[in-house]
Amino acid sequence: MSEHSTYTPGNGLEKWLDERLPIIRFSKEHLMDFPTPKNLNYWWTFGAILVMCLAIQIVTGVILAMHYTPHVSMAFDSVEHIRRDINGGRMIQSFHAVGASMFFAAVYIHIFRGMYFGSYKAPREILWILGVLIFLLMMATAFMGYVLPWGQMSGWAATVITNIFAAIPVIGTPLLELLRGGFSVGNPTLNRFFSLHYLLPFIIAAIVVLHIWALHVPGNNNPVGVDVKDTKRDTLPFHPYYTMKDAFGMVLFLIPFAWFAFFAPDILGHPDNYIEFNSQVTPAHIVPEWYFLPFYAILRAIDFNILFIDSKLGGVIFFGGSILILFFLPWLDTSKVRSGNFRPMFKWFYWLFVVNFVALTYLGAAPAEGIYVLLAKICTAYYFIHFLVILPLLGRIETPRPLPTSISESVLGKAH
Amino acid sequence: MATQAHHSTSRRDFIFVATGSVAAVGAAATVWPLINQMNPDASTLAMASIEFDISAIPEGQSVTIMWRGLPVFVRHRTQAEIDEAKAVPLADLKDPETDEQRTKPGHEQWLIMIANCTHLGCVPVGDSGDFDGWFCPCHGSHYDSAGRIRKGPAPKNLVLPPYEFLSDTLVQIG
Repeated sequence: MSEHSTYTPGNGLEKWLDERLPIIRFSKEHLMDFPTPKNLNYWWTFGAILVMCLAIQIVTGVILAMHYTPHVSMAFDSVEHIRRDINGGRMIQSFHAVGASMFFAAVYIHIFRGMYFGSYKAPREILWILGVLIFLLMMATAFMGYVLPWGQMSGWAATVITNIFAAIPVIGTPLLELLRGGFSVGNPTLNRFFSLHYLLPFIIAAIVVLHIWALHVPGNNNPVGVDVKDTKRDTLPFHPYYTMKDAFGMVLFLIPFAWFAFFAPDILGHPDNYIEFNSQVTPAHIVPEWYFLPFYAILRAIDFNILFIDSKLGGVIFFGGSILILFFLPWLDTSKVRSGNFRPMFKWFYWLFVVNFVALTYLGAAPAEGIYVLLAKICTAYYFIHFLVILPLLGRIETPRPLPTSISESVLGKAH
Repeated sequence: MATQAHHSTSRRDFIFVATGSVAAVGAAATVWPLINQMNPDASTLAMASIEFDISAIPEGQSVTIMWRGLPVFVRHRTQAEIDEAKAVPLADLKDPETDEQRTKPGHEQWLIMIANCTHLGCVPVGDSGDFDGWFCPCHGSHYDSAGRIRKGPAPKNLVLPPYEFLSDTLVQIG
């Protein structure tokens, strides 16, 4: 879909540069002239919002690392030092902490957008797989960042999550000690988490480049899911049409972001994280940040043995599987129609899946007792049934509504 | 090429494979120290054994002590708790172990266990749960008065550290 650029170097310097490093030509092709379907709605703006989120996290993170001390006896105090003593530290720290939540809010919208409009379908499978990989890396990065303030939730999150590896038969315990750098979560753990928390965002940035590359070969999907037929009639240049639309979306997104950061910087976190980590006492309820709750609910839901697999390993398998199954989504959905708009049955099951996901979020924060345990099992089962039974079957039994013949027709009506 | 110079090709193949093998072994040998640096270091290993005086713990009480950075429960059990633990049929247990296997002969009143729940490593709360033992509120695992898993997601009994009684009042853990 990318067309040969119409760029002609304007002056001597540009001409000289174009023959050596055609970076201006590249920018013109991919950031300005790039032909983009003209019917993209605001759900598509979250791609740009996510780039902004990553930039905010990297910039504020680099600054925080200038003041943070990755040592068990000083980490907790150094975060308080940032919040109380550093000029503007209170703001920068809350931009980073709130930023993580906003980043995940945006990425969930971005993923669910892709799931509704079939953005994972051919020829965009690799684009989708790279996206899931970015999501995985985001989860690892957020988890390790959460450990750094060394509060009660931090230390116990590290204990619980590293313990997952102990479920692996035979090599579990030695692997756990290798990951922690000791018999328990301690200073070596904190040090390496800090190092990796600083490294991973740059790896994410690199994979984002691949993600955008994989987007720019087939071009954007769009709300009707019909391929671009006529570049002239179906598309608009990215700049200024989508740069301006995305900028407006960013401004709107920054409003709740600013509200959290300025008025309620701690509301998304758990108060127990303002108690310094104590390896001898567990908080009554260990809950992760809200964006991990659905997967945490799945981890907890398996409290029974499955054949020779014990409950702990079983929980870990389902927990891992709930994320890894996303890699296979392009092949699990058998429908030829991309957009959910033209799939009457899929639409219902899609929203049921969304409701189920929200329910898992709620159950992840609920105590592991009574009715919550049963509900978590039902929701976990439905999560997998959606991917493994419903999606493969729907494509075979559903009759989709007729598709518009072109993007332009869907926007302007048949007369054109 | 294969038909024209068969000899030199097979000789080249051998050199190819041999070189590749040496490179692979070399790469593995280089990577190992880069991974091994993550294992527990000498200062961590040096703290691996402790001695602990149990004489100050009255019957029916527990203390939590630190060993290798892990919490360890030392419980002075009452006769009622011991009898209760011994009365449980092995068939009722998810991870069958007798009370004798969980304590040292002649010291049945002392129960010494690593305090991390075998599910995901939280520290269970003492004197609670449905079985007169420990309860982990995080994920809902109940342990009995011998620290054996009875209900909930934890797969194993609370782990016993290696320990021995140096005298009636002194225990060496590790």
